[in-house]
Amino acid sequence: MAEPLLQLRGVNKSFGVVHVLHDVDFAVYPGQVTALVGDNGAGKSTLVKVIAGIYGRDSGEYLFDGREVSVSGPKDVAALGVEVVYQDLALCDNLDIVQNMFLGREEKRGGTLDEASMEARARDTLGSLSVRTVTSVRQSVASLSGGQRQTVAIAKAVLWNSKIVLLDEPTAALGVAQTRQVLDLVRRLADRGLGVVLISHNMADVMEVADRVTALYLGRVAADVPTADVNHSRIVELITSGRSGDLGIAENPATATV
Amino acid sequence: MTTTPKPEAATGSAPAKQDASHGGFSGDDRRTNTLGAALGDYVRRLRGGDTGSLPAVLGLVALYVVFGLANDNFFSLINQANLAVQAASIVTLAMGLVFVLLLGEIDLSAGVAGGVAAAVAGLAIVDHGQSWWVAVLAGVVVGAVIGLVIGVLVAYLGIPSFVVTLAFFLALQGVTLKLIGAGGSIPVRDEVIRGLAIDNVPVTVGWIAAVLIVVVFAALSLLRLRTQITRDLQHPPASLVALRIVAFAVIVLGVTALLSLNRSLNPNFVIAGVPWVVPVVIVLLVLWTFVLGRTAYGRHLYAVGGNAEAARRAGINVRFMKISAFVIGSTMAAISGILASSYSGSVNPSSGAGNTLLYAVGAAVIGGTSLFGGRGRAVDALIGGLVIATIANGLGLLNQAAYINFLVTGGVLLLAASVDAISRRRRSAAGV
Repeated sequence: MAEPLLQLRGVNKSFGVVHVLHDVDFAVYPGQVTALVGDNGAGKSTLVKVIAGIYGRDSGEYLFDGREVSVSGPKDVAALGVEVVYQDLALCDNLDIVQNMFLGREEKRGGTLDEASMEARARDTLGSLSVRTVTSVRQSVASLSGGQRQTVAIAKAVLWNSKIVLLDEPTAALGVAQTRQVLDLVRRLADRGLGVVLISHNMADVMEVADRVTALYLGRVAADVPTADVNHSRIVELITSGRSGDLGIAENPATATV
Repeated sequence: MTTTPKPEAATGSAPAKQDASHGGFSGDDRRTNTLGAALGDYVRRLRGGDTGSLPAVLGLVALYVVFGLANDNFFSLINQANLAVQAASIVTLAMGLVFVLLLGEIDLSAGVAGGVAAAVAGLAIVDHGQSWWVAVLAGVVVGAVIGLVIGVLVAYLGIPSFVVTLAFFLALQGVTLKLIGAGGSIPVRDEVIRGLAIDNVPVTVGWIAAVLIVVVFAALSLLRLRTQITRDLQHPPASLVALRIVAFAVIVLGVTALLSLNRSLNPNFVIAGVPWVVPVVIVLLVLWTFVLGRTAYGRHLYAVGGNAEAARRAGINVRFMKISAFVIGSTMAAISGILASSYSGSVNPSSGAGNTLLYAVGAAVIGGTSLFGGRGRAVDALIGGLVIATIANGLGLLNQAAYINFLVTGGVLLLAASVDAISRRRRSAAGV
């Protein structure tokens, strides 16, 4: 298997007396979709925020492309080429798709906005992702459905040549057809060689698009396995009890010494 | 363009379009092909609540009809020229407010900030014998500083702009009163400043400028269309662009023609030409339209007004945007105050107080700027300002009691805010 693009080793994170992440190891491989699963409170969001640079680490290594990097804020992470697509998407409703995709990074020519280049690049990006549902790149984002908004947010990551895209519950609020579109898009991202992290509660989605599954249980990694080696019910077991057959945490930390 | 997308229809025509020269995507709709389609699009947008300046334009027409029928003098050339001068200070103030409103904030102190600036400018000339441009510069700097203080209080302390500017509304009236003295008044006799309102651009110069403006507008529109066509971007039909240019030319040349006629009531001398305030307003309009539409700064203003959190995550300095909007708002207020003093010929302690600000807020909102942030253009201030000035002018001609004036203006502001709120609701329902 290829070297991981991004790797966390032995990460610990506490908020006051609450120890949220225990020696977490996490890896993202290029061209693969890594699903991050776990129950509420298992530490998924904290781990994502540590990766995104929003939270610091108490201990542990942060490696990118095999080299340890110092990360002290979201800007450092963005500079590495890691884009986080949050659940609430953070798009401006009053702007159109092109304007949103280039927001904060507008192309300029002679001090003024270069609308022509931006529109052409946005169109090329959407085209390269085989986006099917958007009728016009000059459509206001307010008029888009949830799936289309997700598409725009993801396309933004592609436009900026991100190497890793973290998707926080991308299908949580979507209908069947829209979920289908977003999952197809997630798969295409990986096929382009990006490392994709999919945070999801939906096991059907995970089984369908993910290459690897990392299950968190009470802040520990219960398992980090290829999706092919597990099935739906075993992942659920890992999420709910931290163990499943030969996989999982040896001793249940909930009943272990506190 | 802004209709609800239909995936089925879009995928149907996909293969043919996908083969197009460069990387289109399925269902990629690059232009509204015909004038009819563009019109249909516009109607759909209107229905969806994206009314833009249409209510203001219709309102203006209605007001002209009503006042024209009610008073014979309303359509007289001298009154129309007077109306243009009256509107100038409202339009200028409203243009500054558009920036503040774009962020979803409000500046209640803008009117009295203009009063302070006009008092400072007046005193610089009267008491200190400064030349007009030093006086104007001093006034504008005072305005910018007021905006800076308001902006810092709003952006860093997080006090709602409503409260900060209400405090400034009261305090700045005290400043004007202290500068001028109770019952006092500063005469504005400087030839240049006073001349803005009472002197006119020579007729030939006015015509040359008007023709130049039309030619430049047409050239820019056509150049843009050419770029869009050659680079295969989304663009309006050529017929619509042509129609816009013609409409623009008719308005600009028509107004110039009317103002170039002799409007003097006295046969012994001639009054003709565009009042000097008009080019001042036009320059400001062009400047702010450019800033809002063509620069990254303008784009970021819209972004912050639409979704401040998204703008922050995109790396935009939201605090800076807020402060700068208040600085622009108060600076424009200062210019507006000086224009108002030019019109009235004096500055007194109540300059910029009373209903000045509500007129300007009303103007911006009537013109189509949203009180909820994220929507607005500089030209909204022009159209809305004309509506407000027409009301003030028409009621003045009808010699109505002051209370009617207050009632009508209050009612119009409320009406505009209602239209804004309703269209916002329709927009969120229709998703335009």
